[in-house]
Order: sequence, then C-alpha cells, then structure tokens
Amino acid sequence: MTSYLSLLAPAAPEIVLLALVSIVLVADLFIDDSRRMTTYFLSQLTLLITLLVLVAAPHGGPVYTFHNMYVDDTLGRALKGLVLVAVSLVFAYSKTYAEQRDMLKGELFTLMLFSTLGMMVLISANHFLTLYLGLELLALCQYALVAMQRDSARASEAAMKYFVLGALASGLLLYGMSMIYGATGGQLGLQAVAQALAAPGVDHGLAAVGTVFIVAGLAFKLGVVPFHMWIPDVYEGAPTVMTLFVGTAPKIAGVAFFVRMLGEGLAPLSHDWQQMLVIMAVLSMALGNITAIAQTNIKRMLAYSTISHMGFVLLGILAASQQGYAAATYYSVAYTLMGLAAFGMILLLSRAGFEAENLDDFKGLNRRSPWFAFVMLLVMISMAGIPPSVGFFAKLSVLRAALDAGFTWLVVVAVLLSLVGAFYYLRVIKLMYMDEPVDQAPIEGDLDLRVLLSLNGLAVLLFGVLPQPLLALFDHAIVQSLR
Amino acid sequence: MIDFQVLVFYSFALLLVGAGIGVIVARNPVHAALFLVLAFFSGAGLWMLLEAEFLAISLVLVYVGAVMVLFLFVVMMLDINLDQLREGFWKYFPIGALVALLMVGELWMVVSGRDVMRTGQGLPPAAADASNTREIGLQLYTTYLYPFELAAVVLLVAIVAAIALTLRRRKGTKYQNPAEQVRVKRADRVRMVSIPATGKTGE
Repeated sequence: MTSYLSLLAPAAPEIVLLALVSIVLVADLFIDDSRRMTTYFLSQLTLLITLLVLVAAPHGGPVYTFHNMYVDDTLGRALKGLVLVAVSLVFAYSKTYAEQRDMLKGELFTLMLFSTLGMMVLISANHFLTLYLGLELLALCQYALVAMQRDSARASEAAMKYFVLGALASGLLLYGMSMIYGATGGQLGLQAVAQALAAPGVDHGLAAVGTVFIVAGLAFKLGVVPFHMWIPDVYEGAPTVMTLFVGTAPKIAGVAFFVRMLGEGLAPLSHDWQQMLVIMAVLSMALGNITAIAQTNIKRMLAYSTISHMGFVLLGILAASQQGYAAATYYSVAYTLMGLAAFGMILLLSRAGFEAENLDDFKGLNRRSPWFAFVMLLVMISMAGIPPSVGFFAKLSVLRAALDAGFTWLVVVAVLLSLVGAFYYLRVIKLMYMDEPVDQAPIEGDLDLRVLLSLNGLAVLLFGVLPQPLLALFDHAIVQSLR
Repeated sequence: MIDFQVLVFYSFALLLVGAGIGVIVARNPVHAALFLVLAFFSGAGLWMLLEAEFLAISLVLVYVGAVMVLFLFVVMMLDINLDQLREGFWKYFPIGALVALLMVGELWMVVSGRDVMRTGQGLPPAAADASNTREIGLQLYTTYLYPFELAAVVLLVAIVAAIALTLRRRKGTKYQNPAEQVRVKRADRVRMVSIPATGKTGE
C-alpha cells in the first residue's frame, strides 16, 4: 500500500486537480444560475489548493513514476506553478466580462480547469503518449471554449478553423511519432528515444522524416509561420476571455513541449530540426511584425504580435543548448505575463454591450485614466523589448543564446525585425497619450480586476528590473532536467 | 511460392487501400461511409493475421457496430450539397497537389533503399492458451495506467464540451413534462361554460 502511494505521490498536483475539478463539475449542477459566482470561487480555490500541493510536496532531483511516463523536476514544478497563477489571473479578469455577456456558465470554469490539467500533464510528460494526451486534453477544452458563444458567427467560424487545423496538426504529430517509433525499434519514452537515436546504425533517414512531421505538428500548436493561419482568426473571432485564455498559459505548456520533445527526446537529431526552426523563426518574426502594422483591431494586432514572439521563442530553442532552452522558457513566461496584461486591459475597457477591440478605443486613454494608460505603456514597451522591462531581458537572453550557438546573421535579422515591431507597439502609446479620446465613458471594472491588472503591469516592470531570480531558476531547472 | 498468410495479407491490404480511396472519391456521402465500414473490416482482418483477435473483434463491434451506424445516421440526416462542397476544387487543386507531391516525396525517402517487400520471420507464435484480453488488460492497468486514465479524462472533457455546446433551452420550444401531465386535474383542462338558454328550445 505504501509503495503504491509513493508511486502516485510525485503526480499529486495533477491527481488533486483532477479530483477537485470533478467536484466542481458536480457541485456546479446544484448551483442556481443567479449564484454562478460560487463556481468562480470554487474554481479559484481549486487552483489555490493545487498550487499549495505543488509547493508543499517534498522535492529533490527529478523523480520518475508511472513507468517513466511522468517526471517531477524543477522545470516542471516552476512551469506548473506559473501556469496555475496565470489561469487564476485569467479567471479573475474574465468573470465580470463573462457575466455581462451571459457566458458565465459552470462549463467556462470546468473546461478551463480541465485545460489546465492538460497543461500540467504536458509539462510533466516524459513519454510520447503522455505528451500527446496532455496536448489533446489542453486543445479539446480550447476548441470548446472558443465555440462556447454559439450565437456568434465569428466565434463559431474561429472554433471550426481551430478545430480542423488542430486535428490536422495532431495527425501530423502522431504520424511523426510513429516514424520515430519505427526508427528507434519501438521506443516512446523520451530518454529511451534519445538513447536509441544516438546509437550507431540507427535509420537516420526515417528518423529525420519523422522529426519533420513532429516539428510541423508542434509548430501548428504554437502558431509559428507557416503554420500560423489559425492564430489571427481565433484571437479575433473568439470572445476576449477565451482569447485571454488561449493566448497566455498554453504558450508556457507549448514551449515546455518543445523543450521536452526536441531538447530531450530528439536531441540527437538537433542538426535536422535546427534548420527547420531557423526558417520558421525568421518567417514568424518577419510576417508577425510586418502584418501587425496593418491591423486596426487590437486583438488581431496582438495575434500577429504573438506569432512574432513565438518566432523569438524558437530562436532560443534552435540554439539547442541548455542556455537556449532556459531562455526560451523564460521568454514564454515573460510573454504570458505581458499577454495577460494586454488582454486584461481590453477586458477592462470593455463593458456591457461594448467591446474595446479597436485601436481607436485606446485613444486618449491617458485622459480617462492616467494609471491604466501607464500600465498599458509598460506592457507595450515590454512587448517591444525596451528596457527596463521583462520583454527586454527575454529578448536579450534568446538573442544571446542564438549568438553563442553561432547564428550571428539570425540575431541581426531578429534585431532588425524587432525594430519593425516596435513601431506598432509605440503607436498604441502614441494613441493613448497624444490623441483625443473617442470613447468618453469612465473606466469602471471591479476592484479585484483593477488591482490585479495593476500588479500584473508592475510585475512586467519588476521582472525587468530584477530579472536574475527567474532567469537563474530556469537555468538551474534546465540543467537539472536535461543532464 | 507465396504462402497463404502473405496472400491473405495482400488481399486485405489491397481491399483496405481500395476502400480508403473509395471513401474520398465516392460522390455519395452514404457510399463514402459504407466504404469506411469496408476499410474497418479489412483492418480488422489484418489484425486477425497478427493474432490480435480481441482488438480485431472490438474494432468491428465498436467502430462498425456503433460508431459507423451513428455516422450513417448523421450523414443521412444532414442534407449535404456535394456540388457546393466541390466548388473551388480546381482553385485549390494546385496547392493540394503540391502538398501531396511533397508527402509522396518524403514517403519515397523513407521507403527507397529499404527492402520493404521482404517478409520477415513474423512474430514468434503465441502460446496456445495465451489470452489476448488478459494481456491487453495487464498492460493497460500496469504499464499504461497513466495514459489510460488520461484518455478517460479526455473522454470526460468530450462529454462536458458536447453538452455545453449543444444543450440550451430555446424560447418557444415545445416539450412534454410527464410529471405535470400525470398530476393534471380536470379543472386544468375543462372549462365549464354556462350558456344561457335563449328561449328558442321549444321550436
């Protein structure tokens, strides 16, 4: 009995989360529509308890369990903790918006919680099967969340595109995995695959073709060019709360997927996937930054900005060094922080019957609320990568990793393209500070939304001034995980 | 001399590929669904050859028996306008052909130079009393316990999502409430109206 429990213990956060979500799912059935806020508090409590379990569990070195399919290491813990915090912020930001639009249903929270479970499974996966299942769990919830507002044609179209392309990506991923399975003589565990691929006499051609499919599938999920088509439509078409959810925490899980799959499982094939990532990174940074300039809808603009940021993340991964992986994970966390604040700001400016979706809605924000204009200013300079903000250090660390790996021309291209990108971030600042407001309504919004959003904005600044602890944490975690 | 097993393999394999092509080229969606049934049957036949009897039978029972029947119902209920679906076929044909060519090229890279037509020794024969079901159960509940449970969670999410997306009360929908029907009183249904006599009864 005790030995059995000790096998389960490393996965305690996931088990606790699953049990609690199931309770919320059933409890929600007995809650009246007018008291839906109870579900909100239960969901927040679920996240809090899971976070406490995660922090409280004893820890030392990576622990493998479930026949090596699950790994509990510092990287996993740090990322899972950050995902939980991010989802909690998503809940807090979205509840009023959802309530005003009649979207405050129990399923909104339970599906997001299940999706969080998927992210945690993905982050801790140590086997192709668990990687895939975690990804499907995460994605399935997201398709449903995007489609939730059924009377909106835009949301339905976005959900359909997301679903079809997502299914295609899963197919590519599985096809690639099956080739790796064949090339390695029937291995699926990440370490076993890496060992088999490094051994002499491995069928390199087959493994390389498998890698192509796996990278294409991963790229679809992360949304990098040329597999980015769904991003702008989903970001613009989905209700803003869903965009907030789809566009933030899952990016952390996606980068963890890249690091585990490419950095650990397919590490011996790094020469093959590096070239693919170079092309995708350059295209993403170019297309994302240049197309974003032409947008008038801020959600669509942020969608293209996401594509360019994911290009920067790839820059870290393609360095194929521990420094690079640490930089990429740090970038994903920094991006999540900025994305939460940016989409949170759209939610703050929206009110019943009005969506602050256009750039014009940000005009003259300084007159209406100097404080929130300042918070948005912080987020924008961070996205543009101007010091002292978290975005600057994130960009700096991926560029340094790429430079150390010998991709000098790539670094030059990246810097030039981020200069192009600075234009549209600075344009938002110009609109806020130098233009006359179009929309005169006072900024309302719950106290908790305003406080959390302010803290979120300040965190962007704080991690920019003191980047070292988080960077050191990821450096340490990557070294521990990818020995 | 080709031995019997290889012959059976190739006939099932050809049937499978043919049915697969049938699924995508059939003009009538019902025919396409039936081709898919044929494909599942041939797949089950191949698994039989591998001595995976349990999987073969459950493929037939679950997919052909349940899933495909449901699928056929849906296909028959939807009024699919094929001409509309095929609109723009030639517009997208070049890009589709390019992708297909790329895939064929990649497959060629995998297949070429390898002796794919070689028939190996095959799997070692299982013991006469080996139970497929037992072996699969043992694997599922020991080695693959974690993915198995995760698959269960994915199914749970599928149920929640399907209900969340389809269940809603439309205004003006007529539905029956049996409890109310049983509890109905005469007074709810029959209204006694007293009609005053007009005095013409005598005529």
